[in-house]
Amino acid sequence: MDILVVLEDNNGTIHRMGIESVAAAQHISNTLGLSTGALVMGKNTNSLLSEASEYDLDEVLFINNELLNEYSSDGYAEAVKQVIDQENPTYVLFGHSYQVRDYVPRVSAKLMRPFLADSISIHVDEKEVSLTKQMFNAKLFTDISPHGDTPFLISFQSASFLSDDAVQGNAKTREVSISLDSSMIKSESEEPFKESSGGVDLSAAELIVSVGRGIGKEENIPMVQDLAEALGAEISSSRPVVDSGWLPPSHQVGSSGQAVSPKMYLALGISGAIQHVVGMKASKNIVVINKDPEAPIFEIADYGVVGDLLEIIPKLTEAIQSK
Amino acid sequence: MKIAVLVKQVPSPESPLPLVSNEDWLDESQVAYIMNESDNYALEEALQIREKNNDGEVVVVSLGPDRTQKVIREALSKGADRGIHIQSKDKYPTDPLLAGSLFAETLKEENFDIIFSGLQSDDLGYGQTGIILGELLGMSTATLAMSTEIINNKIKVKRELEAGYFQWVTMSLPASISVQSGCNTPRYPSLKGIMGAKKKEIHVVTPSVKDQNQSIKKIYAPSSAKETVMIEGSVDQVVEKLVTVFRNEIKIA
Repeated sequence: MDILVVLEDNNGTIHRMGIESVAAAQHISNTLGLSTGALVMGKNTNSLLSEASEYDLDEVLFINNELLNEYSSDGYAEAVKQVIDQENPTYVLFGHSYQVRDYVPRVSAKLMRPFLADSISIHVDEKEVSLTKQMFNAKLFTDISPHGDTPFLISFQSASFLSDDAVQGNAKTREVSISLDSSMIKSESEEPFKESSGGVDLSAAELIVSVGRGIGKEENIPMVQDLAEALGAEISSSRPVVDSGWLPPSHQVGSSGQAVSPKMYLALGISGAIQHVVGMKASKNIVVINKDPEAPIFEIADYGVVGDLLEIIPKLTEAIQSK
Repeated sequence: MKIAVLVKQVPSPESPLPLVSNEDWLDESQVAYIMNESDNYALEEALQIREKNNDGEVVVVSLGPDRTQKVIREALSKGADRGIHIQSKDKYPTDPLLAGSLFAETLKEENFDIIFSGLQSDDLGYGQTGIILGELLGMSTATLAMSTEIINNKIKVKRELEAGYFQWVTMSLPASISVQSGCNTPRYPSLKGIMGAKKKEIHVVTPSVKDQNQSIKKIYAPSSAKETVMIEGSVDQVVEKLVTVFRNEIKIA
């Protein structure tokens, strides 16, 4: 097959970013007339296989190997490398998840072929392929081309393609076998856990007031809470606020926190690092207040204010309360 | 315990990023450089392990043009024992597989027990070099480490997962581990450290010439995908306009 999409298990269902990569594969396939396939593995292989076979792909490959039941960088990198050796695809696509960041660089090293990671779009024609990637904390974009022999490994940033655009269909299934030995897996993983209990579920919130490092200090957080309360909004934050201990981790939005899509996301003093933006760019209305007119968050804002938070927030709260 | 720390010199967050005229790279003469943020945490993690065991060596390794010796010196002043500078001809390779291969070629005889790197660089942001290096040297690997602990010739790593989850992973040494910013409190160099660093060795290595497997064709400022309505005026005017937008445009009840 020409395009292989490696799908990730998210507790028995396909990771959302995997479906987005299926949409990416279908896009490339439509442009170049290439065949497409997907790969599933791990302890939930059966449920992933039936979910994946309902997409418009030529084939879904599956591996039944108990050494892959739990994720390990050693095992997954070797398994994907062997499948690539057997199937000889031109493009191998992934969602740019934390798991993919953990093991796909090793696949790249095993094959000595490039991994074009965290791409936001792809341009292909008969002659060449190029990927667009954000660099310098999203201040600059680059167009990157791979050289030399295929395969090329490519991962897409969250929401670069939409899972809704993945076309449904009926894919054949085929088992592939690989040779793994328990001595190859040199790590042991414990159960995943959450640091703090009783977190807030921001994914269903209608209105979110989110605060970043620009608020300056912990003493200014109550001012933001007052505004959130006046609006009837949930409060969230970017990572630096959580790292500083100003709000608990359960309030964090972004790649290491929650993904949200409220009717309004009011971003206060948030610069707009990629890691934050991937968690909130699906919001219907993004309103930004920031004192730095160059902050990347303005790129995705529907409404923007360049100004001093400490002056604006209390007056805004007052104006909403008196309405 | 013999520990390598990979550090990279990158543009500071405040630095201008002017492009050269053919738009394939920055005009580096106008860029202000610092040590990559997460590399500070990687260095601190290594220094703490050496101090806890009261034994071992911390070697700081950097790939780049001559200017990169500044961050090697900075790491030496914070307490690293010696430095290795892998000289790249003009600029840093923009292919992580090439960068990882150059590190592997230079470090394979050193037999490090642990290699620490920052999660990703704040310039290219691939997040691959330390992991590729680990694979090429036959080491265990882990990314997104929030804390580490050495137990019986193994390393136990608290890894960050998605959606607020964490996981402990124990792996055999040698291991190459990339650390997340915020996992410890990086130290500042002492005056004694700064003076002492001048006497420490930086070994300069000229690596073999290899081709890139991927390269940047064009670098450019992003065009805003959205049309942003900017709200301007005095604080009172801004507040009044915001309330109007909330009510009439976004239709917040």
